[in-house]
Amino acid sequence: MASVIEVKGLNKEFRDIKAVSNLSFSVPAGQVYGFLGQNGAGKSTTIRMLLTLIKPTSGSIEIFGMDLQKHRKEILRKTGAIIERPDLYKYLTALENLRIFGTMSGVKIPEKKLRDQLAMVGLADRANSKVKTYSQGMKQRLGIATALVHDPELIILDEPTNGLDPQGIADIRNLILHLKKDLGKTLVVSSHLLSEVELIADSMIIIDKGRKLVEGKVNDLFDPSEIVVEVKTINNETAYEKLKTSRLSQFVLSKRNDAVLLKLHREQVPAVMKEMVQMDIGILSFHSKHSLEDYFLSLTTANPHVEAAAN
Amino acid sequence: MKQRTSRRWSWKIVLLLLGIPLLSGYKAAGPTAEEVIASVRAKLDKVNDYEANGKMKTNVVFIKAPIAKVKVYFKKPDKLRINNESGISFIPKGSVNINLNNIFLNGTGSFDIIDVGTEAGTNLRIIKLLPKDENSDVVLSTLYIDESQSLIRKAKTTTKDNGTYELEMTYGKYAEYGLADKVIFSFNTKDYKLPKGITFDYDDGSKKEQDPNKLKNKKGKVEIVYSEYSINKGVPDTVFR
Amino acid sequence: MWKLLQIELFKIFKRPRTYIAFGAIAAVVFLIQIALKFDGKSYIDLLLSNLKDSFDFNDDFKLDLLNGYLICFVILNTLLIQMPLLVALISGDSIAGEANMGTLRLSLTKPISRTQYMLVKFLASVIYTVALLVWMAILALFGSMLIFGTNDMVVLRSEGIEQIKSFDVMWRYFAAFGYAAVALTTVSALSFLLSVFAENSIGPIIATMSIVIVFTILSEMNIPIYDQTVKPYLFTSHMVAWKGFFYVKADAEGTTINGSIENLPAIMRSLSILLIYIGLFFGSAVWVFRKKDILT
Repeated sequence: MASVIEVKGLNKEFRDIKAVSNLSFSVPAGQVYGFLGQNGAGKSTTIRMLLTLIKPTSGSIEIFGMDLQKHRKEILRKTGAIIERPDLYKYLTALENLRIFGTMSGVKIPEKKLRDQLAMVGLADRANSKVKTYSQGMKQRLGIATALVHDPELIILDEPTNGLDPQGIADIRNLILHLKKDLGKTLVVSSHLLSEVELIADSMIIIDKGRKLVEGKVNDLFDPSEIVVEVKTINNETAYEKLKTSRLSQFVLSKRNDAVLLKLHREQVPAVMKEMVQMDIGILSFHSKHSLEDYFLSLTTANPHVEAAAN
Repeated sequence: MKQRTSRRWSWKIVLLLLGIPLLSGYKAAGPTAEEVIASVRAKLDKVNDYEANGKMKTNVVFIKAPIAKVKVYFKKPDKLRINNESGISFIPKGSVNINLNNIFLNGTGSFDIIDVGTEAGTNLRIIKLLPKDENSDVVLSTLYIDESQSLIRKAKTTTKDNGTYELEMTYGKYAEYGLADKVIFSFNTKDYKLPKGITFDYDDGSKKEQDPNKLKNKKGKVEIVYSEYSINKGVPDTVFR
Repeated sequence: MWKLLQIELFKIFKRPRTYIAFGAIAAVVFLIQIALKFDGKSYIDLLLSNLKDSFDFNDDFKLDLLNGYLICFVILNTLLIQMPLLVALISGDSIAGEANMGTLRLSLTKPISRTQYMLVKFLASVIYTVALLVWMAILALFGSMLIFGTNDMVVLRSEGIEQIKSFDVMWRYFAAFGYAAVALTTVSALSFLLSVFAENSIGPIIATMSIVIVFTILSEMNIPIYDQTVKPYLFTSHMVAWKGFFYVKADAEGTTINGSIENLPAIMRSLSILLIYIGLFFGSAVWVFRKKDILT
């Protein structure tokens, strides 16, 4: 499957802070691509680089097979986005906002299309109300409508469910799936909630401190039969080294200050445990994690050593 | 005895008659200063009122003014008004004196007449008038009179409060009424200056007048050239309100 | 481009704050007009106090003097000092306001180059500025002409009086308003530049006003060390050059030469300095904005 976005060796430094570090990933066409990371992981910076709001320090971004710097207008014409909060002109009506951003996208959009768009996000009856009278959820939906108004091929949604109630989150989720399945759009959806991404994304990337931790198909990353085991030892450093050079190295996922993480099938757990004891690693605790959320957290917990392991 | 006395008197008169011309170059045969003034007055008295059209040019160092079309109204004894029919004109104080009648306003008896003689070159009779009233604003008027036509060619008036005015007249068609075709009225102006905080001037960077005295106490001039008078046709009082 | 400009203007003229400026101008103009209608004579007396020993000023003269042309001049004199605030209210908000609202990032993900975006934004501010001036011309010039009538115009300068025939006035006002548009565009460009650096509009508005006030004070003060060094380069010194159109030439006898301008080259020089400032401010704004990472 051709990729819509191809990012290679992307770096961004703000003065002395490295926000994104040597990031590479590709977004396949016709999929929902999850962009996962905790707040401050570099998601927003990366998305803003994809949308030309931030200039990369180095690296290349190709979208629709074209270089983003050189073909900015062409690419942006076929791209729709919400970045963080969907802020709009509060003193204008929904319809006026939609018309403004539609026109700015470079396409002439008939009045009927604008109203249809509002109907799709359930705002048809409030088309002529000023945005300042809208609730957070309504603003969010209007934001999505503005991102879609010019019928883009690529839709980038940065934290689209932020601040929404459960019903609102479900509505957005259904809309995203509708866009993919029924309209064949490619979507990049960023979130700090794995549970959310897991439900909609086909592929995903997890980043932390500006670096890629893992990337791949959600099904591959999260084989339901696999679990993560958190092993606390007397000396995690030597334990990690021992494990890496042993037969068990295939199970080693990463290392934290307080634990070594293993990833393995449920039925392998007893055997691995036994072997580790035999290796005289000095186990203090052996804790298996069940939820994917825990897995995600285990990967991204603030810990400098994780980076080294992930690379 | 009586005869001797009269002879002595006549000698004195002869000496006096001989002496005056020596002092002033005055022709013994001409009219006296009083007579000259009287004939000038008589001419001016013919005019009860007039309405005149003219063009007025203002020449004051700190004013740039366009040439103004004016109407000048006069009515006896001392009403004078200069109206700019199509604009604004700065009318100097004392301009009422362009009406020569004003000089004699209080009657010939109200001033002493001093005969100064004739001006060399122009042959104009110079007569000074000194008001007897000590409270009068006018301190001294000096008239330069063309005796043959009984016309005042030049007049200088010194006042207590309003400086010195000078009038210069050129006569033409209306000479028989003592009305000039052209009057140049010269007057003293105080220095003019407004604070920059009020005007917020545009300073174009060009060098301004370096000599501050140039703007101070300079003579201003107003020149009126009359094109026509309509004399004694009556002028309503409302004009002078 | 035209479409985008339409959008910008639509946005500007849909905002209540836009009309504050129009309302403020109307209020100031009416207040001055009312004051001069009812108490104009004492104002004239004040102005002419210097001259009343040399000239006779009767009531007719004062009424003639206090005509629409003079009133408009008085209003412009007062208002053009306040106008920068009204201009900054919109141009200072131009970029910073969008950043503050969060609409800047959305707008810049649209297929519009940043230069083009800036051009449209600035053009819209300029149009707003011109609209303010047109509004002011209608009220201050035509309104005063209606209320006070027309006559010769007398301009009182610090060191002299300019008198202009009434038929010779109108074109000067058109030129003056045109010049004022450029002068205010300079302010607009300045606050526009400041707007690029800020994330809310209060900063650039206050900064613009502070700069204009400090520069104006420097321009109007008579301090010899500034006269030839700083003053000629301050844009505020050149903003009042619209008055130059009301300074006339006179012949040797002090007679106004109709249709003349005392020092046109100086006005043109001032105009070019302002244009250079506009180019500098706007150019820097674009340069900075093109490189700027949008983080709001």
